[in-house]
Amino acid sequence: MSIRLKIIAEVQQVAREQNITLPPLDDDLPLHSTGLDSLGFAILVARLEDELGLDPFTISDEVAFPLTIGDFVRAYENVPA
Amino acid sequence: MSDAHRQVSLTGMASQSWLGGRLAELAGRSVLLALGSQLQSAIALAELDGVARRMLLLPSDISADHLASLVKTAEIDAVVSDNPARWMDDGIETYVASAEPQPASAPIAATRATEWLMLTSGTSGVPKIVSHTLAGLSGAIVADTLAPTSPVWATFYDIRRYGGLQILLRAMIGGGSMVLSDPHEAIADWVARLHAHGVTHISGTPTHWRKLLMSGAAGGFAPRYVRLSGEIADQAILDALKQAFPAASVGHAYASTEAGVGFAVNDGREGFPATMLDGGLDGVDMKIEDGSLRIRSGRIATGYVGAGIAALTDADGFVDSGDMVEIRDGRCHFVGRRGGIINIGGRKVHPEEIEAVINSHPGVRMSRARARKSPITGAVVAADIVLADGQAESSDAVRDGVLAACRAALEPHKVPAVVRFVPSLAVTSAGKLARSDA
Repeated sequence: MSIRLKIIAEVQQVAREQNITLPPLDDDLPLHSTGLDSLGFAILVARLEDELGLDPFTISDEVAFPLTIGDFVRAYENVPA
Repeated sequence: MSDAHRQVSLTGMASQSWLGGRLAELAGRSVLLALGSQLQSAIALAELDGVARRMLLLPSDISADHLASLVKTAEIDAVVSDNPARWMDDGIETYVASAEPQPASAPIAATRATEWLMLTSGTSGVPKIVSHTLAGLSGAIVADTLAPTSPVWATFYDIRRYGGLQILLRAMIGGGSMVLSDPHEAIADWVARLHAHGVTHISGTPTHWRKLLMSGAAGGFAPRYVRLSGEIADQAILDALKQAFPAASVGHAYASTEAGVGFAVNDGREGFPATMLDGGLDGVDMKIEDGSLRIRSGRIATGYVGAGIAALTDADGFVDSGDMVEIRDGRCHFVGRRGGIINIGGRKVHPEEIEAVINSHPGVRMSRARARKSPITGAVVAADIVLADGQAESSDAVRDGVLAACRAALEPHKVPAVVRFVPSLAVTSAGKLARSDA
């Protein structure tokens, strides 16, 4: 499964657990429109770290905090192997 | 009194000496008890009480650096040891404890109230030393009503720490026999010894008990009194013990090295009735201040030993236990240690309150909640879970069930972000869940 698909699957899992109905997760969807709050994102980032072995937000201080779903996925895809 | 290797007569000890006839030289001295076994330590402290000015009880896991500091703080001028080579260069007079007793020459009169020095089992760093009198240590023993037939006492604890010492004193003062634990012994062998000696009264931390229940070796052991202390006893462990030992009375006691023996709760429920705060029960006064339980009684330590340490009590003589308490429906619930609070994006949680919810799931034997760093909120809660043996559900089902239970019982920031299943959880030498964050 690609990084993108794993991220989307994990977002859906977190939303399910929190009883949140997600809008379609298009690249230009602002993160704050997903319905997830900062705690929800904290949970998502922790689980993605376990699953992908990556946390782009801790690795680099220069990573601009993502604004959209597309930004979020790219932050993971762009981490140097 | 017995351990995994030998047995001695408690009544016989009164006419024997294990100090090679040199007991008189230790009169008025500040003595370090540095013996390899709990059995020898128990014998030595019985012999030295009333003779030495003070005795420092040393558990087995103290580092050399810490020990050097403790020796200095307690002004130790004599050490009773079964390993004299270790003390050769330290400049402290060493008294060798013999492996076999000799008949005592004329008994030495017990002329002084020996100070019993014990170590606190708190966080890292050099343990603090607290001082107790025998009267204070045994205050709760006189008040207890014991079964009329000779009890057989046992404890998971090392008797050189406060919780274990309480049980040893119950055997020595109240009468009966004592079965000592052994840190290197397999649980199945420990239970076999408990069973063989017919142990009636046994005490340990909730973590000790969870490990015993996990071992599957508890069958056949039928104590009359099961006691928990040292950590918060949640409803799950109380219920699990009641189920494992249906004929036993299961109770939990509140005590600490500084505050002494506080009280016991035998109604089968976690926490204690808020009415106990109204005061004067059995000579123990309790109050809640700044969210933590404060205790005053004749059983608290007389003070810390050493210079420059904060006072043990406040101006009214109350010890701050550091244990945070919440009152719900007339019942006081312990929610955690003051120093253990996890901060998630500014919202606080005690790991113990999360663990209590997780432990209530039938598929869980024990758990530990800890802070895990988060670039978003500073920290999130991570939970490590040990599955109950023989339970039918898959770990995925247990995960779902645990998270659902947490969501129902706890505010959102307290629900674990990540759940991990582990074969075991680290336990300190004092029998408590180890809590250094990953």
